[in-house]
Amino acid sequence: MSGTEVVAAPGSGRVVRVSGPLVEVEGLSGVAMAELVALGPQRLPGEIVSIAEGIATVQAYEYTGGLGPGDGADPLGAPLSAVLGPSLLGGAFDGLLRPLREAGRWLTPASSTSVAERTWQFEPCVREGDEVAAGAGLGTVRTDGPVALRILVPAGVQGRVERIADPGHHEEAAVLAVVGGTEVRMAQRWPVRVPRPHRGRLDGGQPLVTGQRVLDLLYPIALGSSAAVPGGFGTGKTVLLQQVAKWCTADVIVYVGCGERGNEMADVVAELGELVDPRTGGRLIQRTVVVANTSNMPMMAREASVYTGMTVAEYFRDMGLHAVLIADSTSRWAEALREFASRSGALPAEEGYPASLGSSLAAFYERAGHVRTLGGELGSVTVIGAVSPPGGDVTEPVTANTERFVRSLWSLDRDLAYARHYPAVSWTSSFSRDAPTVGAWHAAQGDPEWANRRGRVLALVADADRLSALADLVGVGSLPGSERMVLLTGRLVREAVLQQSALSAHDAVSTPEKGAALVDAVLAVHDRCRALVDHGVLASVIEEVDWGPLVRARDETAPGDAAGVDERRAAVLATLDALLPAGRAP
Amino acid sequence: MSRWGSLEYGGIVELRGPLLVVAGVHDVGWDEYVTVRVGDGPDRHGVVLETDRDLAVVQVLEGTAGLDPSRTRVRFAGSPLAVPVGPAWLGRACNGRGQPIDGGPPVRGTDLAPTTGAPLNPLHRQPPADPVLTGISAIDGLATLVRGQKLPIFSVAGLPHLELATQVAAQAHVGGEPFAVVFAAMGLTHADAAAVRDGLEGRSRSGELALLLNTADDPVIERILTPRIALTAAEHLAFSLGRHVLVVMADMTSYGEALREVSAARGEIPARRAYPGYLYSDLASLYERCGRIHGVPGSVTILPVLTMPAGDISHPMPDLTGYITEGQVVLSPELHARGVYPPVDPLQSLSRLMRKGAGPGRTRDDHLDVAAQLLAALAHARQVRELSDLVGLETLSGTDQQYLRYEAAFEQVLLRQGVGEARTLDETLDRAWQVLAELPRRELTMLPATLVAERLADAGEVRT
Repeated sequence: MSGTEVVAAPGSGRVVRVSGPLVEVEGLSGVAMAELVALGPQRLPGEIVSIAEGIATVQAYEYTGGLGPGDGADPLGAPLSAVLGPSLLGGAFDGLLRPLREAGRWLTPASSTSVAERTWQFEPCVREGDEVAAGAGLGTVRTDGPVALRILVPAGVQGRVERIADPGHHEEAAVLAVVGGTEVRMAQRWPVRVPRPHRGRLDGGQPLVTGQRVLDLLYPIALGSSAAVPGGFGTGKTVLLQQVAKWCTADVIVYVGCGERGNEMADVVAELGELVDPRTGGRLIQRTVVVANTSNMPMMAREASVYTGMTVAEYFRDMGLHAVLIADSTSRWAEALREFASRSGALPAEEGYPASLGSSLAAFYERAGHVRTLGGELGSVTVIGAVSPPGGDVTEPVTANTERFVRSLWSLDRDLAYARHYPAVSWTSSFSRDAPTVGAWHAAQGDPEWANRRGRVLALVADADRLSALADLVGVGSLPGSERMVLLTGRLVREAVLQQSALSAHDAVSTPEKGAALVDAVLAVHDRCRALVDHGVLASVIEEVDWGPLVRARDETAPGDAAGVDERRAAVLATLDALLPAGRAP
Repeated sequence: MSRWGSLEYGGIVELRGPLLVVAGVHDVGWDEYVTVRVGDGPDRHGVVLETDRDLAVVQVLEGTAGLDPSRTRVRFAGSPLAVPVGPAWLGRACNGRGQPIDGGPPVRGTDLAPTTGAPLNPLHRQPPADPVLTGISAIDGLATLVRGQKLPIFSVAGLPHLELATQVAAQAHVGGEPFAVVFAAMGLTHADAAAVRDGLEGRSRSGELALLLNTADDPVIERILTPRIALTAAEHLAFSLGRHVLVVMADMTSYGEALREVSAARGEIPARRAYPGYLYSDLASLYERCGRIHGVPGSVTILPVLTMPAGDISHPMPDLTGYITEGQVVLSPELHARGVYPPVDPLQSLSRLMRKGAGPGRTRDDHLDVAAQLLAALAHARQVRELSDLVGLETLSGTDQQYLRYEAAFEQVLLRQGVGEARTLDETLDRAWQVLAELPRRELTMLPATLVAERLADAGEVRT
């Protein structure tokens, strides 16, 4: 509070101006850009974002009410850093990675508390005297879940293992080893705005299986790649991202709720805590790190949250794991950038956003990657970011700039959502630049048909859209039978394959095998229908067949039950064959 | 809580729009509350928007009209604005700054609480799961309001959104548990304000209403404070006193205009339609104050009312509201023109939390299935109506003609309701079944067959 006497420490400065999260400080000596500063008697954390003529501009990460000119400001001597350790998994944190479980009911600047100390089981894998290089493993720490944490030699450190801790329980802050004169602790700090180093990027092609058919079949994303999900409100962005978070085949999920709803975050944590991971039998929450910075929490911490989340994902990548970073929503992050740029008097570019918006987005998405780690292993960070275009206008700066840098775009369509077609991923405005490499990977894994299947489905839905526009003008009756069959199959593709209910008991997640079986079933039905029309069966007769068994197959077969789908396909094909006049084979 | 400084400052160097700049101050913190002493007039009030060395920029809630720099003096509270909170709010009517307009003494509280509130730790939030019943079929039946939810009413000028919000505020209940309504009116005309007060007379008499009234001719900037006082009082009633509190905020579009005015006066870089870039975060700081807390009785449910300028749902106010809230109730000019009250468009309206707050164990076992079937059939009926407009009624199939009768019954039996008519949920769902009986049974594919057989048994065999 202003008026309180602050004893000036060496190098400390004084606040001269406060406007919301923007604080100007004079008299700081020997501080660097991006260094943290403690502001006022409550020691609110803030980060130096510019230095000019003896005045440092600081963006404050807490509500600055009561802070004013004359209050003290102490440099903390380090940039904003994340503490990376075993307590991340299964935890929920704010944008600065302070644990929310230990925080109070109401998040006031004064409420942040220290972490309760607990110990973790450590098992060394080197001996004193061994020579190790950066990235090499020193041992493992057992967490509460299925993921074992590897303690690595930090970047830039190498040499002889001078000391290694005994197997047994240690605290997070404990020194587990001394390598070449450097102490290695169980929990390590890393500045969040600096990408963690690796040896190099790899061309992958191995897909991240999301469990959502429309993505896995049509718009795949490779491990280490990036995707954006633009969609207006009510198009199901958050549900889609939550489905991916729950069911994708990654080792670790980092879910950043960036400026979104509090009730939703509560729901995510509650649901992940209940759901069982089909791969490990543990709870899904145990492979998840939640960074929750809801829309009413301090805005600038929202700006930091995407970087802290990214740093956490890279930390797990460096252990040779596949991590997925989900950010909902990057638009709220961009708004925080805009807010601060506006207060600091930066010249605005489009719609008030700073001119650096495009490069900030590019730098963020470029931290995705499938890499060889310093330790020589393979690991990846896959980034999936939601975009919330105002008024659903996809020409606005955040959407337009994001599209340029991501490998896959999953556009959500309002008309599909209103028609309760979920996930409402549009097949006219989505893309996947990973599709060719993913196709090659599938071929190498023994499924050469993958690319062909994708091509046929995309062609079918595009044809069906074109014909349905035509039919609206001239009436279905005036289309030739073969085109009516395209319309029919287009509908079947949408209803039997692409729709997938997040609430369904069987179909919330779908394996690639089941997806392929469903596509093959619809394509086989399509071919049979065309053949029937060629043999003179009336299109109107075929259209009245009960397609229920085919449409309900996705809901009534288990997530991996390709055989169940094949049975239904056989039944429907038999029904179709019965339409042929006796004695004529299709 | 406030440590009013003893110093009064007279160095007013600038008056512009709602802003006042005072020089020569020291020890002034950002967001502090301010009293502005005006020569012979009543005191005015303000909030510090920026402190820069010895300058403070103050936003004056009552506006700066009539201020004479030489006779104006400013005093700083030493802390952000805090208001008294407690049960004394119930039964009271105040202006937009929380000062009584009912002839009573100032509202005395058991505590003081800062109006900005503090963010609720998301891990302490209990996901909403129980309904608030409003007695209105269109809402209870099809877009159930859930305790702890934020659900806005999107409307267009000239539609009866205020009547609907008042009716909700008058009728809403949560079974037998303690309930209260906090009504924050912003920029209402005197006629509208009087209608709200009349409509909520009963609620007020039973000590379940706190009314904050900023009328159209009241100071514009005061509206920035009104919803914050309302929410601060509501949070205390809910989380300290264990009540389920419904906060109605009407009209949020007027609130947005006040925000825009301050932003323009400060020369901030405008974002969409000249609204400030922080509109989303500002709205979120209000709407996100709804919720429930683990282990604490009570809840805050928020019902904002917005008139969409020119009916444009992509306007920043409804658009950003829609991104924050959990669904929306949309009013339709077409239904209003046909004389249907309340003119709720069921297809555009949605309560995202309904599947958690309605159905078995929450409302009635058949509720969610019936709602899904009603909406699916209505969507088809609308398509049939469009078709019949093109090709004529007589070319429609018998089934499709039944769909047209279904749509008419939907509007007349289920949707249409009196302004003072409160329906129980059972009555709403029974009416829903009456409407569904217009359709052939084979069309009711979203309902379990046994349920259809049971419910429509005495409705006689449906025409096919």
